[in-house]
Amino acid sequence: MDKVVYLDNNATTQVASEVFAAMKPFLTEEYGNPSSMHTFGGKIKKNIDASRQTVCDLLSANDPSEIVFTSCGTESDNTAIMSTLRSYPEKKHIITTKVEHPAILSLCKYLENLGYRLTYLDVDEDGLLDLNELKSAIDYDTAIISIMHANNETGVIFPIEEIAEIARMRNVVFHTDAVQSVGKIPFRLNEIPIDLLSLSGHKLHAPKGVGALYVRKGTKFSPFLIGGHQELNRRGGTENVASIVGLGVAAQLAKKNFDDENTRVRKLRDKLENAIVEKIPNVRVNGNKDSRLPNTSNIGFEFIEGESILLKLDEKGVAASSGSACTSGSLMPSHVLRAMGIPFTFIQGSIRFSLSCYNREEEINYVIEQLPGIIKGLREISPFTNKKS
Amino acid sequence: MWDYTDKVKEFFKNPRNVGEIENPDAIGEVGSIICGDALRLTLRIDKKTGKIIDAKFKTFGCASAIASSSALTEMIKGMTIEEAAKVTNQDIANYLGGLPEEKMHCSVMGMEALEVAIANYRGAPVKKAMVGEERIICKCFSVTDQKIIRAIKENNLKTVEEVTHYTKAGGGCGKCKPEIQKLLNEFWEKEETKIIQHKEVPQKKKLTNLQKIALIQETMEREIRPQLKADGGDVELIDVDRNKVYVKFLGVCLGCPAAGVTLKELVEAKLKEFIDKDIEVEEVK
Repeated sequence: MDKVVYLDNNATTQVASEVFAAMKPFLTEEYGNPSSMHTFGGKIKKNIDASRQTVCDLLSANDPSEIVFTSCGTESDNTAIMSTLRSYPEKKHIITTKVEHPAILSLCKYLENLGYRLTYLDVDEDGLLDLNELKSAIDYDTAIISIMHANNETGVIFPIEEIAEIARMRNVVFHTDAVQSVGKIPFRLNEIPIDLLSLSGHKLHAPKGVGALYVRKGTKFSPFLIGGHQELNRRGGTENVASIVGLGVAAQLAKKNFDDENTRVRKLRDKLENAIVEKIPNVRVNGNKDSRLPNTSNIGFEFIEGESILLKLDEKGVAASSGSACTSGSLMPSHVLRAMGIPFTFIQGSIRFSLSCYNREEEINYVIEQLPGIIKGLREISPFTNKKS
Repeated sequence: MWDYTDKVKEFFKNPRNVGEIENPDAIGEVGSIICGDALRLTLRIDKKTGKIIDAKFKTFGCASAIASSSALTEMIKGMTIEEAAKVTNQDIANYLGGLPEEKMHCSVMGMEALEVAIANYRGAPVKKAMVGEERIICKCFSVTDQKIIRAIKENNLKTVEEVTHYTKAGGGCGKCKPEIQKLLNEFWEKEETKIIQHKEVPQKKKLTNLQKIALIQETMEREIRPQLKADGGDVELIDVDRNKVYVKFLGVCLGCPAAGVTLKELVEAKLKEFIDKDIEVEEVK
């Protein structure tokens, strides 16, 4: 392979060429400020509104005014939670899960230190929630339920339709971090009573540095970034025009690509996964296979460590990621896989492959060809394998 | 992405001396899968000369763990047991042209396996047993006080973070960090060095009484009360008399058996940190 085989699309994605082309004028000649009174700047507002419309369409939301552009998924997540807590100052209880992205989890730990009461819902070995646990956790004091839609590490999808109904019935605000799922699976926000939803541009072929927060009409809102009147007074700061335009085009492309994602990409992912399970002994697929993103596969390779696997793959020009301790930036391996109760022998050697619509079958064939040798080589070095495996 | 030297990359790509010596004269095993790295070192030793004729390794771990293990085997081949016993983790790291700070524990693992193997040659078991007074400080990674003190001493470590990089202690749940800090304090006090742990704190201006009370209140609001409230407790400032601060515990702190510890290690420690090292806190019942 002369080009990198990029199988790390849950980390970030390639900017689509259509997206880049649409952005370019706003990084060159069209540099006006959309808030300006003069035509040169003011006319740009309609480009932002066009993006608002396509993001609204992607989510099947009722009204484009429900979309607030932000700088990233983390800002959307933080805004959703902080806005709700400020809107209900008398309520001090937050419900989330043990497997959220740090954008939620670290914020929740911070709020816990400030005196908020937190409930972190457990997951089972498949990475799934027990909704009865959620139901019994809600009380008079609950300000917000924040539960991700699809897990970034395993791709496991939570039933946000049911969760949204539960939250609605108990009159609690529901936020979902949908950074990994938006663009990969269709949404029907006109039918599902989700109050707040976070998404990030660079996970769906828009550039880094742009995200959005969906705020259902009627949801109490208090800005996180306090400043000018931009975004209907909901987010201060001059708009990142080029990136917002890019996100708008990416949303259009994603809507068009749903079929491809759920047929061709899914098939490629399954091919890769099945081949690995078939060709390599002592492996396990982490996460429920039925309720899962079409592009993600998290596989544990027993007796070896993830960083070594990644570096060997890197030598062969394959980019993936791992939940092992050595790659997590801390000394503990993936909090998601630990919450699922996956044996340490598999967690340390867990690799996440995440595909996109740009992956081709020959790339997958190449990985299937290379991987068994890499795993075998590392297992030969490992003290936990005996000679026969 | 770690910044590995070319030598680390080379030893990871083409590791020397992988495998196991059959009927070895010495075996050293350290680490576990839970810890994230493990090493099994086997040695062939010439009984007459005491020279290490051959060394092989098997390692579970990241690139730097594999490289450190392989480097170790290269280094000790040809050494006598006495010479090998002097090899330190710094020697292994130097041999590789250095390791990222966060990965220094890989070189420590190499040194430990070598020690266990040498002890094994002299009659000890292949796995290191806990000896005498040793005490586990970090439960997540089973790191003992002896190992931490040794790492502090041999690598001139000054902060808890550095100890974590070298021994992994404190890298899991983090609950043992105060204990690591205590070991650091004790060690450096004993060494009678004048090194201050963090950075030189500029001499604070003398405060008026009113300023001091305001500062105490502010510190309690920001640093102390949120922590207690998180556990359902609270604390109230009652009075200040020169450097004596009187406080009253509220909520679950009332009658809590750990209240005395909280008083010293949280309330008093924070006030000392932010206001005056001579402050003493007393509880008013």
